[in-house]
Amino acid sequence: MSTTAESTAAPRATAQPSFFDRVANLLPGWGWALLFAAIGIAYGALGQEWFGEELYDAMITTLAFVIMALGLNIVVGFAGLLDLGYVAFYAIGAFVAGWLMSAHFAGVIGGEDGIHIGVSEVTRNLPGLHINFIIVLIAAAAFTALWGAVLGFPTLRLRGDYLAIVTLAFGEIVPRVFELSQSGPFGIGSVDLSNGRQGITPIDKPYLPVPGLENVTRIEIKPYYFIALAMLAITLFVNFRLRDSRLGRAWIAVREDEVAAAAMGVDLVRVKLWAYAIGAALGGFAGVFLGFYRNTVNVDQFEFGFSVFVLCMVIIGGMGNIAGVVLGAVVLSLFDKYVLPELNGVPDAVGLDFDVTAVAFGVFGFFLLVMMTLRPEGFLPNRRRRMELHEGDMLHEEPVYEVRKG
Amino acid sequence: MSAPTSGTGWILRAEGVTKQFGGLIAVNNVDFSVPERGIVSIIGPNGAGKTSFFNCMTGLYKPSAGKVTFDGKDITGKPPHLVTQAGIARTFQNIKLFKTMTVLENVQVGRHARMRARITGSIIRTPFVRREEREVEEHSRDLLRLVGLPRRHHDLAANLPYGDQRRLEIARALASDPKLLLLDEPTAGMNPQESAELTALMERLRSERGIAVLLIEHDMKVVMNVSDHITVLAEGQRIAAGTPQEVRSDPRVIEAYLGSQA
Repeated sequence: MSTTAESTAAPRATAQPSFFDRVANLLPGWGWALLFAAIGIAYGALGQEWFGEELYDAMITTLAFVIMALGLNIVVGFAGLLDLGYVAFYAIGAFVAGWLMSAHFAGVIGGEDGIHIGVSEVTRNLPGLHINFIIVLIAAAAFTALWGAVLGFPTLRLRGDYLAIVTLAFGEIVPRVFELSQSGPFGIGSVDLSNGRQGITPIDKPYLPVPGLENVTRIEIKPYYFIALAMLAITLFVNFRLRDSRLGRAWIAVREDEVAAAAMGVDLVRVKLWAYAIGAALGGFAGVFLGFYRNTVNVDQFEFGFSVFVLCMVIIGGMGNIAGVVLGAVVLSLFDKYVLPELNGVPDAVGLDFDVTAVAFGVFGFFLLVMMTLRPEGFLPNRRRRMELHEGDMLHEEPVYEVRKG
Repeated sequence: MSAPTSGTGWILRAEGVTKQFGGLIAVNNVDFSVPERGIVSIIGPNGAGKTSFFNCMTGLYKPSAGKVTFDGKDITGKPPHLVTQAGIARTFQNIKLFKTMTVLENVQVGRHARMRARITGSIIRTPFVRREEREVEEHSRDLLRLVGLPRRHHDLAANLPYGDQRRLEIARALASDPKLLLLDEPTAGMNPQESAELTALMERLRSERGIAVLLIEHDMKVVMNVSDHITVLAEGQRIAAGTPQEVRSDPRVIEAYLGSQA
């Protein structure tokens, strides 16, 4: 190994742009934004006729997962708070969609006619609560942000492993509360939040009085793609702007050194709660979308495995780097939603009797292991991360106290 | 030096500050004050409680007893970010830079307490936020030049040589427009020339910006050169205080130093 060459070059190592930095510098930021927007729109316009039903459908789900990964990246990647219960916010967001966009509360609120705000002709005849999906998206983001802060609050003094355990517990508690809302210790009066394990279905289709969104059906899924793409664009915009803001710098400072950050005037409580709230809001935002896209919200969708899945997207892509997280999320979720199901025939062909999708987590585990061994910083690390993980090669040794003795 | 009067003339006053960790009394009933535009030092053998005392004043520790008044306001036990807001900035004995942030970003974080950008404004990037960001960047670059780091603003902080890291910490602390700057062993690891530059910088901060400096330092040359007033701590207690000449000839000080080495 060329360790000597590396160590002599060490102090300047980060001054030389890496391969990825050089690629990134080929176009200015807005150039990349336009390029990817064009790709995203072209892909959507070509649609399922071109790419096939399965891939197009997987892509729509993927867009929602990217939003969640970007949300979790704020908590884990920017602020350095390891959150293993992110699924809680997906659940809260999806249930908000369930409550506000279905006949679920028909017997509770709105009488026989129901309450309708900005919905299509067809929906207007249904009982229950039916609210325009844009309003629901905003409301759910605000509601989950609130819950992000509420659940974040007790963890403020925790770090590392302890934080992970508590957040993991929250990720388990929240879906259980929904499931058992009618009975048991979580019974909240007579208000049923989830129909138990059955869940809430059907959920209203998105509607806006503009061409393309006037009459959305479950067969033609293009409108869903473009809704998700627009949501992702908003999410990316918010992420980039926050990263380069006063708050974004404070997040990284807190991740680096809480004591020093506090001594620089950073209010740790406020800054951490904002990370939780914004991360959660994006989880809820995507949760609403998945709620109405899948047309059903039920507790079985919100398993611990999902939190890990989203965390893997963040880690594999490159924690703290927005582009990396997007890439990680696209790769992992397409792998899960498209590649693995496509491979289902393989074991059968070689005489084995199991589905590849059934061992998906095994495959991911293996993938993660390989990744952590070969490239622990992820596909597209930001240079901060890369430096932390290769501290030996790139950082100065600990402060040279010998100088003083000499 | 005039006798301590109530409030006026003093930027910082600590009265009877005590910090106890279980059975260990790290700081024991220390009275201390920093005059406006003063440069004062705390010295003492290792483990004398100097840094603990520092931490009591900057909010990292809550004093077990006593009162800390800064600029006429009671800041006893206030959390660190409010202490910084009030106008005290500090550096750390074991450098605590944000290693994976750039040199410039480190100083920009130091400005946090003086910035007013809020979250929605940052997302929309209002004219106010743009202007503030621009001003903060200019201000940060000025400070970096002031402490002697005119280049490499986009290098990661961890890749700076050791002496430059110390300088960067000072620039970062200055970014919060402090009235009082607390330096915890700033010359540790610096060569004599760098120490001399730092001494000059402290004088400049006082004369040009009216910043008072409180120094913990082992380098007696620096301490004796720059300080108006020296307080000596040993085993958590104040054993002597006075001008450099007074302290130098104080038998208790000599005993504390020699005793700790014996």
